[in-house]
Amino acid sequence: MDFATFLIQLLNGVQYGLLLFLIASGLTLIFGIMGVINLAHGSFYMVGAYLAFSLTGLIGSFWLALPAGVVLAVLLGIALEWLLIRHLYRRDHLYQVLLTYGLILMFEELRSILFGDDVHAVAVPALLNFSIRLTDTLSYPVYRLAMSGVCLLLAAGMYWLIARTRLGMMIRAGSVNREMVQALGINVGLLYRLVFALGVALAAFAGMLAAPVASVYPGMGNQVLIISFVVIVIGGIGSVRGALVAALLIGLADVFGQVVFPQIAGMTVYLVMAAVLLWRPRGLFGSA
Amino acid sequence: MDQTRQAHGRRRFLKTAAGAAALTAGTLHAPYVMAQPSKVKVGFLLPYTGTYARLGTAITDAFKLHVNEHGGRLGGREIEYVQVDSEAKPAKATDNTNRLVNLDKVDVIVGPVHSGVAVAMVRVTRESGTLTIDPNAGAGVVTGALCAPNVFRTSFSNWQPAYPMGKVLADRGMKKAVTMTWKYAAGQEAIGGFVENFTAHGGSIVKELWVPFPKVEFQSLLTEIASLKPDAVFVFFAGGGAVKFVKDYAAAGLHNSVPLFGSGFLTDGTLKAQGDAAQGLETTLHYGDGLDLPKNLAFRESYAKATGREADVYAVQGYDAAQLLRIGLEAAHGDVKAKKTMIGAMESTEIDSPRGKFKLSKAHNPVQDIYLRKVIGMENKVQGVAHKALADPATGCKMA
Repeated sequence: MDFATFLIQLLNGVQYGLLLFLIASGLTLIFGIMGVINLAHGSFYMVGAYLAFSLTGLIGSFWLALPAGVVLAVLLGIALEWLLIRHLYRRDHLYQVLLTYGLILMFEELRSILFGDDVHAVAVPALLNFSIRLTDTLSYPVYRLAMSGVCLLLAAGMYWLIARTRLGMMIRAGSVNREMVQALGINVGLLYRLVFALGVALAAFAGMLAAPVASVYPGMGNQVLIISFVVIVIGGIGSVRGALVAALLIGLADVFGQVVFPQIAGMTVYLVMAAVLLWRPRGLFGSA
Repeated sequence: MDQTRQAHGRRRFLKTAAGAAALTAGTLHAPYVMAQPSKVKVGFLLPYTGTYARLGTAITDAFKLHVNEHGGRLGGREIEYVQVDSEAKPAKATDNTNRLVNLDKVDVIVGPVHSGVAVAMVRVTRESGTLTIDPNAGAGVVTGALCAPNVFRTSFSNWQPAYPMGKVLADRGMKKAVTMTWKYAAGQEAIGGFVENFTAHGGSIVKELWVPFPKVEFQSLLTEIASLKPDAVFVFFAGGGAVKFVKDYAAAGLHNSVPLFGSGFLTDGTLKAQGDAAQGLETTLHYGDGLDLPKNLAFRESYAKATGREADVYAVQGYDAAQLLRIGLEAAHGDVKAKKTMIGAMESTEIDSPRGKFKLSKAHNPVQDIYLRKVIGMENKVQGVAHKALADPATGCKMA
């Protein structure tokens, strides 16, 4: 591997890592902070991709489809929390697993009924639909670079929200001691509904943003579910900063694992996870 | 998920069982009527949900189309169907096949789509002796190490559509190639076919790149390809992965410097989603658009009329599965128990397929022309025959 190729692979790793952070960010909120095991996270990602597909077709502009999709996703999140999730906060994790697993099946069937089983595509918006030449054979698609930028903004925004705002303080307090926060006069029910909706919206946003490069197809959510949990667990449950570092670590491990050890490419990510957990059982930034 | 699906399956099974019971009761009460022989039972083991649902539906519709063209009868016998959703899940394949063989007592099994399901299914039917027609799954062993007198295939072996491209590229003076696919059976068998023929004609493989199945993040390997600068890249991808790969390849600017080739599944049923990125791609497959054969034109017209959809390679394979069964039943005058006669007729026949006429090899896999196709607009236009009457090597088959 010459130096230029090494640098490009480094870029690939960082870029993939940031994308992983974007996908896992919603799960950091729902699983990491609310403590709800949400297996339907991949489904919300898929919902986002299909929203991007159908709304872009309907409205005719990807840029308008994005905010419209986020609004719809927030509404979906609020409805799901109110109908289903809120009944399970005090229950065992197993109930949450069963319920959110059921949601996966439901969303898959709905997708099949509404959109069929074909592969669909969302066009890369014209503004970003070009590539930068890196070497005489390779160019880099600008849309991917733009995605990385959005991921960084989002990471900063989430860190600010959780660590620096009053809302973030209430969320953190609520996750530690629900009753006490309630006793202090804060509407915890509403708070959790907001956080859940935000988590759903983030997952859907990731799906929408990824749709132009990932294409839109049945079962696409299942692929991102496991890797999202890996990111959260390595980073330390509940830590936004940890999720970002873990996502970058996984991105780099995946890219270089693929190139250097192609025979075990499927395993490198999990080897990294095992190593990190042996060293720090609560993850990189997990609180003891 | 397994729980709910199973419950669903159980309900469906109960319905079928109840239906079967009613049927048996009917025959018991009418021992004196005799004249009408019972129907021939065809069991479809195909995916009707999930990623491959579209394929299962196309195969089923085309099969029924052929039966209906013959007035709902093959060899004088009426045909009735039992449909089991394979879900394209190898883990459920043994149970599903056992159900069709032992409970529904079907005379013929038509399926599946997924190679993993095929291997499990064939292990059951080669023991039970149930007549089996595989209308898609390309696993080499089905007509290789696991071949059996009662097992037929009307589609392809994974090796088959990829093999001819090796010579096509070598003939164009290409010396160094990189291959890339998912690390699973279908991908490995396809790449194996290409490599075998490419190296036999003087080419060399610079590197074989593998992606864990079903991962679709290709960027690091595209960078690898760019730094290796081969004369050509040959890949096997299908479905959503094929769409993403072709788009990523173009977005990385590689299509201008390193030409991309693949087995036909790279651009089949995916062209709308791939858009401009797929234009000009050349692939090899046993079927293609605009194949100017009277049989093909007639088939496409009647399929479109019956289903409202355009025919594709999967529909062709399903149609030919029905043709093959008809030939067997006609030879046995409708006596589905006369397996020797049926099998004898089926293995020696020439099928007038929409893809062009073909015979079966001794291992019961089509000996067929593989076409070189090029993506022009929304079609895989046939450019010519890449390999005439290609037979799968049937490695490990004791009948061959």
